[in-house]
Amino acid sequence: MASNKNHAAQARAGNHGHDGHHDLESLRLMGFWIFLITDCILFGTLFATYAVLSNSTAGGPTGAEMFEMPGIIAETFILLTSSFTSGLALLCMNRGDRKGLIGWLAVTAALGACFIGLELNEFVHLVHEGVTIGTSAYWSAFYTLVSTHGIHVTIGLFWMIAIMIQLGKHGITPVTRRKVNVIGLYWHFLDVVWIFVFTVVYMMEVM
Amino acid sequence: MAQHPHSTQSNGSHGGHGSHGESHEAHGSLKSYVIGFVLSIILTIIPIVLVLNDIVEGTAAYVVLFATAILQFVVQLFFFMHLKEEASPRWNLMTLLLGLMIVLIIIVGSIWIMLNNQVTY
Repeated sequence: MASNKNHAAQARAGNHGHDGHHDLESLRLMGFWIFLITDCILFGTLFATYAVLSNSTAGGPTGAEMFEMPGIIAETFILLTSSFTSGLALLCMNRGDRKGLIGWLAVTAALGACFIGLELNEFVHLVHEGVTIGTSAYWSAFYTLVSTHGIHVTIGLFWMIAIMIQLGKHGITPVTRRKVNVIGLYWHFLDVVWIFVFTVVYMMEVM
Repeated sequence: MAQHPHSTQSNGSHGGHGSHGESHEAHGSLKSYVIGFVLSIILTIIPIVLVLNDIVEGTAAYVVLFATAILQFVVQLFFFMHLKEEASPRWNLMTLLLGLMIVLIIIVGSIWIMLNNQVTY
């Protein structure tokens, strides 16, 4: 315990000393922020498409008739919780606790898998009811927007597993540290996008 | 502050103790994560309770939905993504603002054009 505290205090003191070394790392992190912004624009375009087509149901079923909110609400809370646990993983990493880090990443990945499972379940249910991507312009926009988010989460899952394997092999090094920071940002970002999916696609439809 | 051997060491050598890799050490604490988590849960429950139970309707419901979603976004940015604590907050913030501006133009612009374009479809 005592040595850990010491270590953290040293790192904090060292923070101000030689910023030259940090430039490359913060530049890499900034590069990832730029990627997130392009992703933001991608989702913004899909949201705009959805908003424009939201009345174009071609006389077919509307979202309000088809959505089952309990599952959607469960998905939302699962993703919010996973955003929190990925934060806990980051805290473990900052303490130098590798087991805790891998453990919380595993919890985050498991929650992410639950989210994907529920989403697939929803899609299967919708298709069973006869609502597919070809039903109407509205449903095309719906499936495109929601599944693009789902694909992002799935990619994040595999990415997270790969980082867990690397952490198991190499431990916490400056490189794996950066990778964990980046996946953390990615995961929080997906949570933010989901909040808008939840609000715009689901809540505004069923209100 | 009296003794920090690492900083003198890593001035010369790249290897050392990796203390330059720990520049993100100071970011986030259990407290800020818990506060962020609790806030985001509350901000999710508010619209669910108010809108699904029809306690607010019409314009008020839209206001509640968007206000809570945007607050939720701010909570994630500051409590989880540490936007404020970055080594160069201005750059990340500027990138974010540029991105949000583009997103707003895309969304608001699309809706505006399509709503005033009914004749063609």
